[in-house]
Amino acid sequence: MSEAVTTPAAPTTPSANAAAPPSLLQIFTEFLIIGATSFGGGVVAYLRNGLVSKRAWLDDRSFVELLSISQSLPGLNSTNMAILVGDRLRGWSGAVLAFLGMCLPGGLLMYGVGMVYHEHGDRALVTAALKGVAAAAVGLILATAVQLGKKSLDHKADPLFVIITVLAVNRLHLSVLTALLGVGVIATLYYRPGVIRPKSEEAHT
Amino acid sequence: MNLKELPPLVRVFAYLSLLTVGGGMAAFPELKILTVEVHHWLTFPQLVHLYSVGQMAPGPNMMMIVAIGEWAAGLLGAIVVVIAFFGPTGLLTLIVGRLWTKLSKWPWRKSIQDGLAPVSIGLLLAGCFTFARGAVVGFDTAAIAAGTLLILLRYKINPALLVLAAAILGAFAF
Repeated sequence: MSEAVTTPAAPTTPSANAAAPPSLLQIFTEFLIIGATSFGGGVVAYLRNGLVSKRAWLDDRSFVELLSISQSLPGLNSTNMAILVGDRLRGWSGAVLAFLGMCLPGGLLMYGVGMVYHEHGDRALVTAALKGVAAAAVGLILATAVQLGKKSLDHKADPLFVIITVLAVNRLHLSVLTALLGVGVIATLYYRPGVIRPKSEEAHT
Repeated sequence: MNLKELPPLVRVFAYLSLLTVGGGMAAFPELKILTVEVHHWLTFPQLVHLYSVGQMAPGPNMMMIVAIGEWAAGLLGAIVVVIAFFGPTGLLTLIVGRLWTKLSKWPWRKSIQDGLAPVSIGLLLAGCFTFARGAVVGFDTAAIAAGTLLILLRYKINPALLVLAAAILGAFAF
């Protein structure tokens, strides 16, 4: 999956290779299945498998294009993708149903987990197990950061912007919003149109 | 059910949603300050626990916000939190998604994408370090974190299985 491919200027027609767009119920059901089975993060892989390989509602190029929109905007990749794909297939009602299908299983599960944890969270066995889970989650998040970094950081100056952002939040205790806007604007100006910045030698895997 | 908590829930989670550039973890430092220190909806250890369990759940990895909403204001709180957290960014995504092909001719689009790539990784790491302060509390938890990281970088394995293994290890060892 090459995310670095810049989208060509030719506009993609909605649901490029599907003859008849799927019904709202089909959209809801497919996203409900993805929302219920995508254990262990990496929802994007499940989305690609369900939408491109299994259903052929999107071709690979449209999928990568929508993923690039999802990643450039605030909001979670998984829900942004649900909204964009639903909208491409059946307009705003498709977007709402895809979003609901995506969130419903995990939301209901966490609703139940929250209630049980509230009642029994202070039991020694639960606390001990959660201590292990939280430690593993740190490793999981760091692994995600490494994998994302390898994929999306391809300029020499990128590590510097990463470090400045981390220091701004963790050392200077600036709010996330200040760090996002501050470093975001500086980095965007650095990569302004018409200026070519050096790429790092080991760009892309 | 505590109705007076609803307006702050809406404000907090609508604000947090705008910070989730590159993923939910980017908002974690503010999530901690606002839900733990400002509004006292839960304690930091509880937040760390819920967030970790949320990583195991299927679907979007931030559905643990439902539990915070439920604790603060019952079922209505849970629903309100989901709408506040996904409404603003969802609408923005819908609009930008429709304008995207027009935006492809706008030269600054590439600049913004290039600029936000390192910032979103930085925010992910900053969130992770804030989270780690509550999760890595000694040699044993540091070992589990490092072990998970190394295994995930080395082998293709479903992370949910590793997290589950850590839960079992924790239950027996701690």
